[in-house]
Amino acid sequence: MDLNDLLEIAEKENASAKPIRLRCCTAAGCLSQQGDAVKNALQQAVADADMSDRVEVIGVGCMGLCSAGPLVKVDPDGALFEQVQPQQCASIIASLNGGGPAEASVGSDTIPFFSKQHPIVLENSGRINPERIESYIAAGGYQALYHSLREMAPTDVVEEISKSGLRGRGGAGFPTGLKWATVAKMTAERKYIVCNADEGDPGAFMDRSVLESDPHRVLEGMAIAAYAVGATQGFVYVRGEYPLAIARLKTAIQQARRMGLLGTQIFESPFDFRVDLRIGAGAFVCGEETALLRSIEGQRGTPRPRPPFPAQSGLWGYPTLINNVETFANIAPIVTKGSEWFAGIGTEKSKGTKVFALAGKITNTGLIEVPMGTPLRTIVEEMGGGVPNGKVKAVQTGGPSGGCIPAAHLDTPVDYESLAKLGSIMGSGGMIVMDQSDNMVGVAKFFMEFCMDESCGKCVPCRAGTAQIHKILTKVTDGLATSADLDTLRSLCEMVKSASLCGLGQSAPNPVLSTLRYYPDEYQACIDGGATAEASA
Amino acid sequence: MSSTVAAPSKTAPAGGAKGQPSGDNRYKMLEATMKRHQYAADSLIEVLHTAQELFGFLEVDLLLHIAHSLRVPPSRVYGVATFYHFFSLKPKGDHTVVICMGTACYVKGAAQVVSAIEALGGIKAGETTPDGKVSLMTARCIGACGIAPAVVLDGNITGKQTPAAVVDHVKGWLGNGS
Repeated sequence: MDLNDLLEIAEKENASAKPIRLRCCTAAGCLSQQGDAVKNALQQAVADADMSDRVEVIGVGCMGLCSAGPLVKVDPDGALFEQVQPQQCASIIASLNGGGPAEASVGSDTIPFFSKQHPIVLENSGRINPERIESYIAAGGYQALYHSLREMAPTDVVEEISKSGLRGRGGAGFPTGLKWATVAKMTAERKYIVCNADEGDPGAFMDRSVLESDPHRVLEGMAIAAYAVGATQGFVYVRGEYPLAIARLKTAIQQARRMGLLGTQIFESPFDFRVDLRIGAGAFVCGEETALLRSIEGQRGTPRPRPPFPAQSGLWGYPTLINNVETFANIAPIVTKGSEWFAGIGTEKSKGTKVFALAGKITNTGLIEVPMGTPLRTIVEEMGGGVPNGKVKAVQTGGPSGGCIPAAHLDTPVDYESLAKLGSIMGSGGMIVMDQSDNMVGVAKFFMEFCMDESCGKCVPCRAGTAQIHKILTKVTDGLATSADLDTLRSLCEMVKSASLCGLGQSAPNPVLSTLRYYPDEYQACIDGGATAEASA
Repeated sequence: MSSTVAAPSKTAPAGGAKGQPSGDNRYKMLEATMKRHQYAADSLIEVLHTAQELFGFLEVDLLLHIAHSLRVPPSRVYGVATFYHFFSLKPKGDHTVVICMGTACYVKGAAQVVSAIEALGGIKAGETTPDGKVSLMTARCIGACGIAPAVVLDGNITGKQTPAAVVDHVKGWLGNGS
């Protein structure tokens, strides 16, 4: 396999494309709403109308607007059919033939939900067939890997990523280039690459969508990283709750291996890289990097103190580079288009784009990708369409590690620093919109129950602290708390935050602290007036 | 503890293995998985995944068998099996209903769906009805936030659910067996 072979595959794939292509979303959101039945019905309708010579039906990944699924998009004219039912398929096909308007409701990709996006990570999502490597290659796939292997030294690649200003998309925002440089500098007989796809935050589904829609993009990013730091073995640690993502990754790894894009002597260079899957077994704490490494080693997922950082001593004691799915998905475009292009997007300290999962009380739920620094208001009100029949009360970001941002701060630009200033975090990208009917004490209790259950039990502040905080919150929602309890709550939160071993415990009090900060009245009301409406969380 | 388990030879560990007189094929398939991983202790989680897929749940004898084969202490196998939510040491019902309790589902009323099913089956989340027909589970987040609240009925994800709709579905299971 060399560049010419790659281009030949791309050319062949593009040449075999038929003039009209119907793209059906086959990601988990649409599949659960009969997306595959729609795809089959469309295929049947094309055959019945005898149009197979110029129309083809392709299964693609996520198009983003999950609330309007199953989605079907017509290429090249761009019509977007929403909430398609299998029985409407014949009429859609007929409409292509000038047979009158289709029965299905037609959306538009000019609405702000789509027009304000800036897809980099998701540029192939909803366009290519995630189950065919040829489809990815036709979209320019694996050329960045070729370019890195054949035209760049490993140090050049690290340099390029450093200059781009890319920061870890898993939530903490550590500079990716710096991490790569640390691993690259280590001298060891073996090094590992790990892709963290243990997307445990409730309300976040960006990584699932990327893996289901464009798995090769992640593999290519991992391979480039492996070349840059000198690793030969990679692992993707993916949640057991994502069967479709696992299946598509398995297919992708096999295809890439068969084509010689993974394995030994990739692109006829001395570079070898193998990728294996590791399936998580449902432990939120395994999203923490040291816990994740232990889980790959077949043990209980308990974290350990850092340093040593995994970059120095990770899997089986060898230097290990761990990045999130979205981080790896950003690598190929940076190599192809250059660090300057990437650094030109976003804000001064937060470069590039971020994918967010919009959910909760919002009209347009789904996935969006926007430049860093986009105001929260644009995301929630313009793109998300606001709260149906109501007003935004708060936006919860960062899952159980984040906080609630009140509506008054909606004009905040979304970047790592601004969100931290508000007492929340960027997190992996889940955004849950809440309206007036949501009780914030109930929300805080919901998250604390989550952290209490998911605490691995290794360190006392987290194991006992989260349980005590939950107890006090239950007292508050039951209407039995006093003002003294709130003081205890505050000091407990500070203790758990500063004394816990890993990120889970250190960030577990965030939802409580941020609701205490912005909604003290609701806590006070519980104390003054007895039980809340939403006492059972 | 390890001395008590080192004793049985590899051909006849507790619970039966490849020499299983009943000729239970599932042991053969489990053996194949462990062989593929070269009986490495690191593959414990992978092996447990396969075992649960084959047997439905992880019996103590099965855990012991895995401990022998991978040459790790039973305490470690038990520790791992009980640490991760995915592994179940108790048999499940004929049907399972998994209600997602992620944040998006929570704000859209998943808790009401859970209480409706709890009331219907007379069980709590995580339990199985006494007749063994239906297990009720909750999930942390299945990543289907776009269609919240999401409920997984026997492995099929369904979205935008209401307590009434799920109750109707589960009533069907309770009524006419499997």
